[in-house]
Amino acid sequence: MTKKQLTQAIAFNTFRIISLMVVAVLFIILGFIVIHGISAVNWTFLTSMPKEGMTEGGILPAIVGTLCLVAGSMIFAFPVGVLSGIYINEYLRETFLKKFMRSMTNNLAGIPSIVFGLFGMALFVNTLKFGDSIIAGSLTLGLMVLPVIIRTTEEALKSVDDGLRIGSYALGATKLYTVRKVVLPVAFPNILTGLILSIGRVSGETAPILFTVAAYFLPRLPHSIFDQVMALPYHLYVLTTSGTNIEKSRPMAYGTALVLIAMVLIANLSVNFIRSYRSRKK
Amino acid sequence: MKKYRRISEKVAVGILFSSSTVTTITVLFIILFLFREGLGIFNSRPVENNYEIVVNQDNPINQLSARHLKDIFNQDITNWKTLGGNNDSIILLTISEIGNYYSEEELGANFEYLPQRINDFVQQHTGVFAYISKAYITGNFRWKIIPVHKISVGEFLTGQQWYPTASPVALYGVLPLILGTLWVTLGAIALALPIGLVTAIYMAEVAGNRFRNILKPVIELLSGIPSVVYGFFGLVVLVPLIQKTFNLPVGETALAGSVILAIMALPTIITITEDALRTTPVSLKEASLALGASKWQTIRRVIIPHSISGITAAAILGIGRAVGETMAVLMVTGNASVIPSSFLQPVRTIPATIAAELGEAPFGSTHFKALFALGIILFIITFVFNSLVELVKAKR
Repeated sequence: MTKKQLTQAIAFNTFRIISLMVVAVLFIILGFIVIHGISAVNWTFLTSMPKEGMTEGGILPAIVGTLCLVAGSMIFAFPVGVLSGIYINEYLRETFLKKFMRSMTNNLAGIPSIVFGLFGMALFVNTLKFGDSIIAGSLTLGLMVLPVIIRTTEEALKSVDDGLRIGSYALGATKLYTVRKVVLPVAFPNILTGLILSIGRVSGETAPILFTVAAYFLPRLPHSIFDQVMALPYHLYVLTTSGTNIEKSRPMAYGTALVLIAMVLIANLSVNFIRSYRSRKK
Repeated sequence: MKKYRRISEKVAVGILFSSSTVTTITVLFIILFLFREGLGIFNSRPVENNYEIVVNQDNPINQLSARHLKDIFNQDITNWKTLGGNNDSIILLTISEIGNYYSEEELGANFEYLPQRINDFVQQHTGVFAYISKAYITGNFRWKIIPVHKISVGEFLTGQQWYPTASPVALYGVLPLILGTLWVTLGAIALALPIGLVTAIYMAEVAGNRFRNILKPVIELLSGIPSVVYGFFGLVVLVPLIQKTFNLPVGETALAGSVILAIMALPTIITITEDALRTTPVSLKEASLALGASKWQTIRRVIIPHSISGITAAAILGIGRAVGETMAVLMVTGNASVIPSSFLQPVRTIPATIAAELGEAPFGSTHFKALFALGIILFIITFVFNSLVELVKAKR
């Protein structure tokens, strides 16, 4: 064994240990929440109202609230994001405008979530007079994940073979028809991954909903889009930092964290499933 | 038919174009609204708008800073000499205390003599410091009003005390918050950068396919876990651990924030670094190996130097992400607004301050504006880091 090989062996083994540490961190966090949360989560927990100052009962309003916010933000952001992705990738040549739009997408992606919270409060809650409501929260969250959807749409469209487009034109199809009937169907599964990733992100964000929609305690289901709702991430925050009895609501907090993590896990797994399914089909 | 087709094409392109303007409009709107609400702070005074500070007409003092006012109210300063005036102890006079000096008859049944009494009092006592409503300040009295200036940009940025809800004088000094944010962030990057770099190198150059297929989803999941869950984990696991290990009165410290932020920044750093490492041309690698270099030497001398700009971009982007992180930091750092000097003390960051205080700040109040001004600072910091990333990328 020469000195050269020895240094390499030491370096690579250190690298391996550190990489395994990163994996371990994830499993520690997940394991910790799953082990403590699994006993708290049952059917009643998922389908009943919180009681006794949130130390008993369930988290139904928070689940429903989060679902409302996910639905609301996606109804807004998905079409807008996909359409702008199509425009940037299919209709713009490498011009200043394309560069500009890309850099704006990057800028929007880089803005911290709490700044979106401030902005949503100033625009939707106060200026447009929506008050703290599902619609204000959904629009705030929707604008926040817009860059994610635009980027995945662009990537998905880029991976479509140019031969398909050229073939379609050769048969006399217009540009619009080509995009609609040829490019989109091929790219759609990958566009879907953007949607799923955004859902994962929207369901876990707290800062943008603090001042636009989230209610501390509201044991009923929303009636309209102008209602406040409870939401899972904010509920977890409340239970661990400012609940009526933090010690007694600890099991509730573990349960809420587990439900949140489960959402993210399901989103990630389905994205990976779509990706691997696609690559196998090729 | 042809005509109809052409119109529908035009309409479609119009819809596509208008959708793609949403991001630009949003960025502009965010800037507009932040500045509209936030710049109002420089148009406000640190005391109630309709109150004045009044002293005896012979008092040589003409100016007092917001901080001095607060010290006088808290009775940390009790003599005018401290402020460069006469050797005379300060007599605080507010409306609630006027009853200690005058009987109800003297003040009148409906307090109609109150302005007169305040006037007498201020004239008789050379050391008086009165904080009273403008309503009681009438024309023909002899006394001196100490002007309270609007909050200046300099005061706001370099003020060392953040007491936004203190009454009657609120202090809006954001220096401890800015430094707290940078402190926690730099601590996080110091931890995350070496670990992330090593993991990325291992993934890109050393690991077999099997290990890579484990690592990829692990990193995706790490980046998918919500901020509030990281905060929760930090609060119930990391904070007690730090408290025990270092034998501290509280475990909510800058260190806890940095560790959690480091874990949260890892996915960004690893992904971007790995992409950068993969851009190294195979010919370079093979040339190095052909000259008898080991794999490790190739990584150190060829691959890392070649992808240094990508690694820099990863570090900057990681910093940009960490600076804006809210919930996790809010839950584990203890939120004491002091200028940080160690990692084992509580600190307070800008995003955590906004999240914790905006709910209690009345709409349109000075405090509310101050929080939006904090939002501007945060926006500028992240914007600078993002632009740096663009620059580094463009260089490549």
